[in-house]
Amino acid sequence: MVLHELSFEIYSGDCLAIIGPNGAGKTVLLKALQHLIPYQGEIHWSQEARLGYVPQTVAADRELPLRVQELLAAKARVLHLADQEMDQVSSELNLSPEFLDAGIGTLSGGQFQKVLIAFALLGRPNVLLFDEPTASLDELTEERIYELVHQLQTQKGITLILVSHDLSVVYRYASRVLCLSKNKVCMGPPKEIMTPETLEELYGALPKYYRHLQEL
Amino acid sequence: MNEACAIRSPKEEGSSSVDAGHTFAILLAGLFAIAAGLVGSVALMKRMVLASDVMSHLALPGLGIAYLLKTNPLVGGGATLFLGTLLVWQLQKKTELATDASIGVVFAACLGIGALVTPNEDLLEALFGNFQKLSLPGFLLGTAAVILVAAFLAGMKDRLILDLFSPELAAATGVKVSLLDLGFMLVFSLTILVGLRFMGGLLSSALIIIPAATARQLTGRMAQFVVLASAVSFISVAVGFLISTLILKTSMVGPTIVIVSVLLFVLSLLKKK
Repeated sequence: MVLHELSFEIYSGDCLAIIGPNGAGKTVLLKALQHLIPYQGEIHWSQEARLGYVPQTVAADRELPLRVQELLAAKARVLHLADQEMDQVSSELNLSPEFLDAGIGTLSGGQFQKVLIAFALLGRPNVLLFDEPTASLDELTEERIYELVHQLQTQKGITLILVSHDLSVVYRYASRVLCLSKNKVCMGPPKEIMTPETLEELYGALPKYYRHLQEL
Repeated sequence: MNEACAIRSPKEEGSSSVDAGHTFAILLAGLFAIAAGLVGSVALMKRMVLASDVMSHLALPGLGIAYLLKTNPLVGGGATLFLGTLLVWQLQKKTELATDASIGVVFAACLGIGALVTPNEDLLEALFGNFQKLSLPGFLLGTAAVILVAAFLAGMKDRLILDLFSPELAAATGVKVSLLDLGFMLVFSLTILVGLRFMGGLLSSALIIIPAATARQLTGRMAQFVVLASAVSFISVAVGFLISTLILKTSMVGPTIVIVSVLLFVLSLLKKK
């Protein structure tokens, strides 16, 4: 068992950040929330919730003869989406025609991550589950992704569940923080949770980010 | 030498006249080739080529029992093929770890049991197939099966693409991945069954694998790949059939078809991707 005795609520429009050391069960929680793995207990989503998921990575076959465009179109057809939705997502993420025509096996790590984000945004989700979405992106792209997500959140009231090791991102965007570790579960606003005491307890040592955070 | 010829000639008298039964058989062989190309290209992308090779051998014990009981070999072969498919599906679901080993065991077991129960005079036919007349109901059933295979793949195309890219993201999109896998494996078995009589239990999967591997060498576009796999498969059957009936004068067409498809594969290696 990875997680137990965990109970929390998240409201529409929230940005919930999940933090904790490696192996604490952050990814497991995201998957369970989508019913992708078996779990015990209850998960209730509102009727209107449409989930979009950006996994940490996908073990996609690099030999697969598949273009970005074909992948996105396949999802659009499975969900019976209108044609303009693809264009809208492409323009939101600045996906060029060349990028859309590229084979998925030829993409760099960051480009691949972008495909995963575009994939998640198709279908107008109102809940986005991000599992370290920018781990393999350069800082500029990372910034742009967070700006976009933040924009989506403020304009369209999207709910965000974000797993991140980047505490400055958490501090900047999260309205609430859920901390997970083997011996501790806590939840609250960033200011209350991200104190030196809690972080030290959570990670076993004070992350070096913290000093930097205090200056923010 | 003369004796050998004398034994062979009565068979040829029957096969030299082209009647409806032969036309049906030839047409179905062509349809099988197309279905094999379609299914093979997906199997190759799913990286289940080895598993699928074994699935075709699942028909062997059933074939043997049917020959023993002197009933329609396809009924027996189909029965064990269907049961075996469910078994492989369960194995794949439960243990990812021992797939290689379980495939090896199942392969050997099927071949052993198949060879043991099949009467000697039918063994060659069970393993390598034999081109023979086909009744109208047989032709219609075979055609229906091929249509079902093509309809499944066309209808599930987008779900299959998502599953190929990432089973997890496919599931997150609402695709029932495990059922989709089962559906594909059943369609795969159905294709094997259509080709079982003239390709035999050992060779019917070859036409699913080899043309797809050839087509993959030639193109990086998925749509082209699938179409090309079917075309290569069709050419292999047509050329193999002509060579074996016109030049080799044998009704055992499977081996020649396989060799033609292998030659096409070797040719495809010359092309740089």
